[in-house]
Amino acid sequence: MADTSGGHEGIRYDHGGDEFVYAEVSTAMSLPAHFTALAITRRLAEEAIPGVEEICPSNASYMVRVDPDRLHPRDLVRELQRIESEVGDRASADPSFTIDTRIVDVPIMLNDPWTHEVLMKFRDRHQDPDGTDLDYGARINGYDTTEAFIDALAGSPYLVTMMGFVPGLPWCFQLVPRDRQVEVPKYIRPRTETPERAFGFGGAFAVIYPVKGAGGYQLFGSAPAPIFDAAQEQPDFAENDSVVFFRHGDVINFRRVDEAGYDEVREQVAARQWRYRTSPVEFSPSRFLADPDGTNAAMLEGLYS
Amino acid sequence: MSILVHDPGLETTVQDTGRFGHYAIGFPPSGALDSFAYHVGNALVGNAPGAAALEAVYLGPTLEFTADTVIAVTGADIPATLDGEAIPLWESVAVRAGQTLAFGQLAGGARPYVAVAGGIDVPQVYGSRSTYTLVGMGGFAGRGLAEGDELTLGDDAVSPRAGRRLADDDVPVHPATAELRLLVGLHSYRLTPDSLERFTDTAWKVTPDANRVGYRYRGAELEFVPREQPFGAGSDPANVTDCGYPVGSVQVPGGVEPIVLLQDAVTGGGYATLGTVVSVDRDRLAQTKTGDRTRFVAVDLDEALTIRRDRAAQLDRIRSALA
Repeated sequence: MADTSGGHEGIRYDHGGDEFVYAEVSTAMSLPAHFTALAITRRLAEEAIPGVEEICPSNASYMVRVDPDRLHPRDLVRELQRIESEVGDRASADPSFTIDTRIVDVPIMLNDPWTHEVLMKFRDRHQDPDGTDLDYGARINGYDTTEAFIDALAGSPYLVTMMGFVPGLPWCFQLVPRDRQVEVPKYIRPRTETPERAFGFGGAFAVIYPVKGAGGYQLFGSAPAPIFDAAQEQPDFAENDSVVFFRHGDVINFRRVDEAGYDEVREQVAARQWRYRTSPVEFSPSRFLADPDGTNAAMLEGLYS
Repeated sequence: MSILVHDPGLETTVQDTGRFGHYAIGFPPSGALDSFAYHVGNALVGNAPGAAALEAVYLGPTLEFTADTVIAVTGADIPATLDGEAIPLWESVAVRAGQTLAFGQLAGGARPYVAVAGGIDVPQVYGSRSTYTLVGMGGFAGRGLAEGDELTLGDDAVSPRAGRRLADDDVPVHPATAELRLLVGLHSYRLTPDSLERFTDTAWKVTPDANRVGYRYRGAELEFVPREQPFGAGSDPANVTDCGYPVGSVQVPGGVEPIVLLQDAVTGGGYATLGTVVSVDRDRLAQTKTGDRTRFVAVDLDEALTIRRDRAAQLDRIRSALA
């Protein structure tokens, strides 16, 4: 049984003004806490309660925007508590609870020149002004070499446990037991600059920044393929009629590429011929928690076979 | 029928009620920051309630109209002129083809709104005409207006007519110190009780970092309760495991700079959130500017809902009176 720490004792509900209800499953990130949030928000969406306007599952919590003119926020909390008692922790234990999703191959170049240039500009905001973000992450996570740290980062797939910040940004939580999960602090003060498609890490989460902008996560690399496409010029975005590529619940396998591999993808993007490689997955939280490495291996085989 | 932009002002954008249903993939609602001024503007010119209008900040735009129409200027206290002649605020005014709307110096508030009969006709993006400049989507070409732009007018006019006027009692005042009512909560337990008290006792000053994304304030230092950080949150005491952010929520990165997130804000992140400004009072906030003072007043959920109902009733009454 992996990842049972960081469990929870009941959900804490609170009101974010008159329009939002916040439900904190756990203060700490864990897969069981996330699966509980997922099971509840999924049921909430199925029930289509009038007055529920937005359902936002997040890492170890979730948020609902409510129209208080149609549904009293306290009545919403009562509905959520009812669903909690019906669904509860079932997601992590019940083999019949599964998520129909997909595994996605995402090329990534670690220790790339573009994020390196930016991160060097902001050393005064960093915990380790004399090193790089990767060296720092490797050291505080107990890796002997940066290369071994990179192997761990790209060694197992991740689950998209939250979408947002800006349109299309995926928060990715690595599908490994807790003792193998990486954790790094965010910058002491956020940067004013982050390159588009930068691969960052903060807390226990990997992200890809969809667009250029501010950011406070450690900068580890760069993704050559777009994850946000306002004009929907790339085929993946046109076909899905969406400006964002990722969906909550996607499984992402970050595949290491070198600079030549990076350039190759960029050329396909320039020719508007880039396609993400994906494979459908029926993800079972209970099966995963019982056998993380076996589940990951099976998903990867489905993706690359 | 169109509007020619001779001078865009500081940042003038097309806004409507906002973009909803996509928060979970990271789309903030956008939409007019001062919802009252926006809705009254549409009611004055006889538009359908969701018609798109222009929102400016600090400086008004200079706009030429190519055909006869009806406009209304609402929101900030700012002198407005048509071909140099002063026109009243909070009142619908007839405009003849070729006339130019211009603005003088801001006297109070921060954001004037220009409603035009028919509304601004830009394509709907994800269900809204609102501009979201951070990723360049919505509104006019995903950006603020620029000199030389030509805006087309829409067909959202129901009963355009000049001479409609908002009752004086309904015209908002812009006090020297704005009071923003908020529900304390979410991660307020992360702040020491002293600090939470200090938060509502302080007359916070609006910093230059104040825009449609959010407002930053300075005025006091707040402290977090020491704890061993939960796995996943990051090591700073201001960090929590990344979660969704309500619009109007207040964070205090570093303990020194409260930020109120507004309609163009990020939808989630990892800063502890101490509470949320009630939706109605985002209108007041939108009319404050750099250097202004702001106080936060704690209310409970029942009070927040009463404030919301009162505002809805007021808008209903105004719409009936102006119909």
